[in-house]
Amino acid sequence: MTERRVEEERRGFSRRAFLQGAGGVAAASSLTEAVHAAQDPASEVQRMRGPEEVELRVNGGTLPATVEPRTTLLDALRHRVDPPLTGTKLVCGEGACGACTVLVDGRPMYACMLLAADVVGREIRTVEGLADGDGLSPVQEAFCEKDGLMCGFCTPGFLMSATGLLERKPDADAEEVRRALSGNFCRCGTQPHIFEAVAEAGRRLREGGR
Amino acid sequence: MSAPRVTVPRSLDEALAALAGAAPETLLLAGGTDLMVEFESGRTAPRDVVSLWRLDELRGVRDEGGGLRMGALTTCADLLGSDLARARADVLVDAAAEVGAVQIQNRATVGGNLGTASPAADLNPVLLALGATVRLRSASGSRDLPVEEFLTGYRATARRPDELIESIAIPARPAGERRRFRKVGTRRAQSISKVVVALAATLADGRFTAVRAAAGSVAPTAVLLPSLAAELVGQPPDEARLDAAARRAARDDAAPIDDVRSTAAYRRLVLQRVLRTELGALAAGA
Ligand SMILES: Cc1cc2nc3c(=O)[nH]c(=O)nc-3n(C[C@H](O)[C@H](O)[C@H](O)COP(=O)(O)OP(=O)(O)OC[C@H]3O[C@@H](n4cnc5c(N)ncnc54)[C@H](O)[C@@H]3O)c2cc1C
Ligand code: FES
Ligand code: FES
Repeated sequence: MTERRVEEERRGFSRRAFLQGAGGVAAASSLTEAVHAAQDPASEVQRMRGPEEVELRVNGGTLPATVEPRTTLLDALRHRVDPPLTGTKLVCGEGACGACTVLVDGRPMYACMLLAADVVGREIRTVEGLADGDGLSPVQEAFCEKDGLMCGFCTPGFLMSATGLLERKPDADAEEVRRALSGNFCRCGTQPHIFEAVAEAGRRLREGGR
Repeated sequence: MSAPRVTVPRSLDEALAALAGAAPETLLLAGGTDLMVEFESGRTAPRDVVSLWRLDELRGVRDEGGGLRMGALTTCADLLGSDLARARADVLVDAAAEVGAVQIQNRATVGGNLGTASPAADLNPVLLALGATVRLRSASGSRDLPVEEFLTGYRATARRPDELIESIAIPARPAGERRRFRKVGTRRAQSISKVVVALAATLADGRFTAVRAAAGSVAPTAVLLPSLAAELVGQPPDEARLDAAARRAARDDAAPIDDVRSTAAYRRLVLQRVLRTELGALAAGA
């Protein structure tokens, strides 16, 4: 971490600044300054230079979010929708840990590596969308029963990967479960319990218990 | 410095128009699995970006002359789900199955693997071995390049700034061609390859009639292994011959580097061993 900071300073920029539009215009811009098709009236091409209001389809609803051109979906979910959806976690920010896993059109993806602008109109699901009111989803229930978590920081990501798998393939075998979860890491070492929980959730889904 | 701009074109034509007028250092963004990491590491400075991810025109796998053509945005997951890809380019699908984890496979594109031109890319050696060509498209036209001409060096390609990769074609499989793919990494998921090998060869009357082989992580970018063909074509697949071919390719065709993951000498040795094993399996008809 420190090493990266030093490196960023040496180079004079950081990814965070980069992803947020390098600061230059951010403060001065208003929404109307977003360079839409303005320079190119005949075209539908969307050009973003400053912040712009977009609508994200999240967990069955539509959420307005003001995003910068380089805002990641993760940043948008955690900081730019109201109320913020902080269930999706930021850990590595570079595709190595899975804490930020969400479903986009049913497929698990890392929200830290996805531009919000690229998923406008797509169906996004986060951990907040799994439970139905107070009723946990079968995968969530199984995680509780099988002790599939310790500190819980990795849990939302694992839940989304497992849900993505079981919705496509409720009869996934142990090897398929392992592979589907191989992009998620748990520092607390709960994987064996997680594998059990996902197997159990699969059983329930197959038996028709929704 | 003016703030970087992200353009999200809605059609291929719009993307080409955007590129035609763009600054030369403008970045194309596909699945972002390489680029977003580079941003994180600070290796890539803020620049304008044209995002291709929403261009469905650049997705999909279709028949072409008994082989196949796939859009540049075709992901590893798309390949895994395509019966046509499985039938026509089995080893490419095998390679796609070993790229990262599910979250990466859902985003990592064939065009992005080529675009980064990393020495450790897993799909590129397979494309080389199968004789694939890259179709580059700009507002002023298109051109086809063999993958070995597209990949020009360490993270370097023949793409002009106004061009994008539109699609990649794999020719029809020659009758009786046998193929192998092998990735040697440190762990199964998410590992960066130490050595990747792809082989395509035909035998007739007990002799090799054609051999095309390529490897990754043994040179500044994915490379063909011409020595293998030079040693083997016209020869029977006997043990001594296969030994000699593997040794020569590891010596002459590889130019590995020492890095944090391995030493050059280790990579050469692994390449030789993996080539030998895979040649043996291929000759045995596996
Ligand atoms: C955790 C993790 C694990 C990984 N594991 C593997 C692995 O096992 N094997 C492997 O090979 N790779 C691996 N990668 C690297 C990466 O996923 C692949 O190289 C992938 O194919 C890149 O595709 P992308 O669409 O995400 O590329 P992007 O990041 O979007 O783009 C990569 C480069 O290609 C250029 N580009 C993209 N599309 C086009 C186009 N249509 N025309 C012209 N240029 C284009 C971009 O400008 C950029 O320079 C891994 C990455 C991560 C983060
Ligand atoms: S925070 Fe996205 S993978 Fe780690
Ligand atoms: S429960 Fe702590 S990281 Fe997984």
